[in-house]
Order: sequence, then structure tokens, then C-alpha cells
Amino acid sequence: MNTLLEKYTDEVQTILAKYPPDQKRSALMPLLYLAQREYGYISKQAMNEIGEILDITATEVASVVGFYTLYHDQPAGKYRIQVCTDLPCALRGSEEFLKQLCENLGIQPGETTADGLVTVEEVTCLAACDRSPVFQVQTPDGLVYHENQSVENAMKLIRTWQSKP
Amino acid sequence: MKTEHVLLRHRDHPEINELENYRKIGGFEVFRKVVTTMQPNEVIEVVKSSGLRGRGGAGFPTGLKWAFVDQKNWPHYVVANADESEPGTFKDREILEGNPFQFLEGVAIASYAVGARAAYVYLRGEFWQIAHQLDRRIQQLYHAGLLGERLFGTDYSLHIFTHLGAGAYICGEETAMLESIEGKLGQPRLRPPFPPSFGLFGKPTVVNNVETLTNVPLIIERGAEWYRSFGTEKSPGVKIFCLSGRVKRPGNYELPLGTPFRKLIYEYGGGILEDHPIKAIMAAGASSSLIVANDPALDTPMDYESVPSLGAQLGSASVIVVDDTVSIDWLINKTVHFFRHESCGKCTPCREGTFWMMHLTDRITAGKASWQDVELLKDVASQMRGKCFCALGEFSIEAVLSGIERFRGDFEARVKG
Repeated sequence: MNTLLEKYTDEVQTILAKYPPDQKRSALMPLLYLAQREYGYISKQAMNEIGEILDITATEVASVVGFYTLYHDQPAGKYRIQVCTDLPCALRGSEEFLKQLCENLGIQPGETTADGLVTVEEVTCLAACDRSPVFQVQTPDGLVYHENQSVENAMKLIRTWQSKP
Repeated sequence: MKTEHVLLRHRDHPEINELENYRKIGGFEVFRKVVTTMQPNEVIEVVKSSGLRGRGGAGFPTGLKWAFVDQKNWPHYVVANADESEPGTFKDREILEGNPFQFLEGVAIASYAVGARAAYVYLRGEFWQIAHQLDRRIQQLYHAGLLGERLFGTDYSLHIFTHLGAGAYICGEETAMLESIEGKLGQPRLRPPFPPSFGLFGKPTVVNNVETLTNVPLIIERGAEWYRSFGTEKSPGVKIFCLSGRVKRPGNYELPLGTPFRKLIYEYGGGILEDHPIKAIMAAGASSSLIVANDPALDTPMDYESVPSLGAQLGSASVIVVDDTVSIDWLINKTVHFFRHESCGKCTPCREGTFWMMHLTDRITAGKASWQDVELLKDVASQMRGKCFCALGEFSIEAVLSGIERFRGDFEARVKG
């Protein structure tokens, strides 16, 4: 059974319709986002299903998953806090921000909190260099920017997630 | 008198990110005029005479690129590059959020000019929210009869689609972007053939940056002469300068090309944080050579011809300002880490070169290196020059080599013996 195709028949068709009929493989990246939304990460099963929809092998799907940083083939925290520490942000204190945020959460960059809620990651430039410190929050549903941040603000945001059922 | 913005028009006309408000200031009338009264080559001629050059970094003449599209091979495509990922660059994002319909009108006019009936907007994956807003706005254009089949009663049809990347700087390189739209690894293609002859799906394609395309509606509406009234003779027009780093007021500033660094940094940017002395400038983001920020440099006009006289490039005009609190060995360690992370792995000089530059700069910055390591770093970087498959690797060495040459003291202070 192909869960993605059966559960999201219309959405898969809408995605395929964006590209010429003989260029089905172009739908790979949007389908990977769909799979990530459905499964929380891109599982082996998802790669097989997508390969089946596009007539390519699961290995070809996996190579694309591995190339792009916003696709994840392993589960992690429900919320991935991705802090930019690239040069322009680092010139405005983002490395210290990352350090303090991690200290507050008791984890190192790249790790997940014990309750499985938050993973903190270091990322490259987010095109928000004038509003540092900046991080994005990636969840299976998408990405949201948080700019001009302080550690206090970030911790407040995390507490709102903790209080969600 | 304060001049009106050409690109950041939402700063003069708030709420033009809604279609009805954009149409109130004449929005999409140019597209209608172009489709109903002009031949494609007439549009290209206006853009050519305006002197508009690519605003993504390469500065290639836009009209000329459009004219290169192979007329014997069909269909044609337009791809808008919204992959904005160069450290220090955040202008396209402001356009896409604040003035998205002028950008879309630019895409539409470019498509008509090169005979494309489908255009793709490639957005970096981090622009997830912007992509969803843009999808909604594209749907509004269909409902308003401004996109779709047989536009304005003519035979011309146009469809615009978004394609979301997923976190890879290299996809800003135009051929890597095309690979990525085709569902492949974002790795660059050998050029030539260039996209205007062999592009998306192997068909003639024009790839233009968001800012470039956003210039187009007003160039057609007001004419090439009007556009040339801004900027310099060889670098006409306006440019969004992204100011970041150790300045008081970082942000986007739309100014005529040829504005001196000093004006941007001290007048618009308010000067250096805590009034520290300025030390260095990177004019093209992390891909820049380091400019020693002395008086002659600060008085240099920011345009495509003048910045090279400082041994640097204007690029995407992402001006990162560095003051005396920053050691240049630390700075190049940051840029090298970036390029090492973003190297796509296709060619050996870039993949291995950025790897070894990372280890060497790590050791230098940690104070564990000798001068021999600095020499070795210079050697690795020099050997990469001219051998990388695309510009990513070639630009990864600019800050390294110029940094060691122009700020030697910072390295001498850091190494042992």
C-alpha cells in the first residue's frame, strides 16, 4: 500500500501538475516535504512510496534526501531550533546566543532535550543578517523565522511548547 | 528631495503586497501593455538599453542574456532565482515579502520577452512561509485574469509555479538550481552550454535573480533613459545594498549604483557599533575579498567597475562591515566553515580544498599553528584557484588569500614561533 498516494491523492496530483508530464522526477522535492509532514521524518517506507510514484529507485530518493539539509532521515525533537551562526550573525553575538540557549536547555548543539521536544542545531545564513540573533523553527509542518531574539524570548517560546498537551 | 524607491516600493506605498493595492499604483498595467502592444524583441531592446545587469552577483547584462535564448528550440522557460543564501544577503527576501507583485510582474514580462509560457520561482527551503504566500498571490493573479491561458485576448499564455529548495547554498548557482528543479542533487553542470541554449529540462532557459526581475516593470513603464538617470554610466540604475556586521543600523538600503561605501556605512548605517574604528569590508558577502577600510576605500563608489580597483568585487552588494574587535583569522575560519559545509562534493579541488582550509584555519584560530601552517593554507587556497568546477570553490579562497595578504599582522599574532 502506498500511504502517501492514497492519503494525499489530490495533493500528489497537484504537485505533479506543476511539471511537464515527462518530467515527473521534478516532483521529488515537494513530495519529500509531504512525506516529512506525514511521517515526521523521511522514513525508508516514505522513500519507497515516493520512488514508486515517480518511477525512480528508493536509492535515488535517498541520495536527494542526503544532499539537502532540510530533509531528515532520522527522527529528532518535535521542534528543531536552527540558529544561524554564520559570519554576519556571529559579528552580532549569535555564537554566544547559541551557547547560552544550549546551556539553558542542558544540551549541546545537535542534541535533543530529554523530553524529545527540542533539538538545537547550528545552520548557515538564513538571509536575516540585519536581525540577528535569528533562528528558524522547523517542524514537520514547515518553518517559521524568529528574529531579533534573546535567550529569554527563546526560552519563553519553548515553554509555550512544553505547556501544549 | 527624497527619491522614491524603485524596488523597495512598499516603503513608500505600504500594503502593495496586496494585489488590489499594487494595481492601484499601476501594477500589471505594464504587463498588459507589453503583451498587447509590444513585440518580444522590443521589450528586450528596452531592457538592453536600460543597462540593467544581473543583481544576483555576476552582473551580466540582463537584456543580452534574454537575447541569447535559442529561437530554434522550444519551449522556453524562465526561472527566478530566489535562493538567496550568500551570507550577508537579505534583499530578495524583503522584496518577496514587501513588494511581491512587482517581482511577479517582472517574471511575467521576462517570460513574454523570451517566449516562455511557464516560469518557475525557485525559493530556498528556508523561505517556506514566503513560498506559501507567493502561491496564494499567484492564485490571485489567475483569478484576476493576469495569468493563465490567452491573456488579455491574445494567444499568449503564462503559468508561474513555485519550487521550494531544501537547504543547499549551491542551488543558487544557476545550473545547480536547474538540476534541483529536475529533482536531482543540486550540483552544477558543465558550462557551456549555458541555460539560454540548454537549461531547464534541456530547453532554453533564462535564470534571473529576484532583484533583477523586480527592476523590469518600471524600466518598461518609464523607459531606459529614466533608469539610466540613476547610477553611473557603466553601472546604471539602483541597487539594494544589504548592510550587516558591526554597524549601528544594519538593513537594506536601496541606493544608486556608485554610492560611496562611506555614505552607506556612516550615513545610512549610522557608523560602527560603539564608534569603534572600521577595519575591513566584504562587499559581496562571504565570497568577497577583504577590503582594507582606509579612507580611499571608503570613498570608492560601489559599482561594478570601481570595486575591482580595490582588489574585490561588488557581487550581490552584501556589505559586511568588520571593526577592530574582530581578528581576520577568526573571520576566514567562519567563511571557510561555511564553504566547507556548502561544497556540493562534485569536484575534488573544492571538496578537498575547503576541507583542508577548514582544518588549517581551525588550528590557526585555536592558537596551535605555526607560520608554516599559514603558508600551507595559502598554498592550498592558491592551488584551488582556476581549478574548481564552479564559482563556489573559486570564491571560497577570496577571503582567505586577501585576508592573509592584507591583514598579515592578525595571523602573525595568532601563531607560535
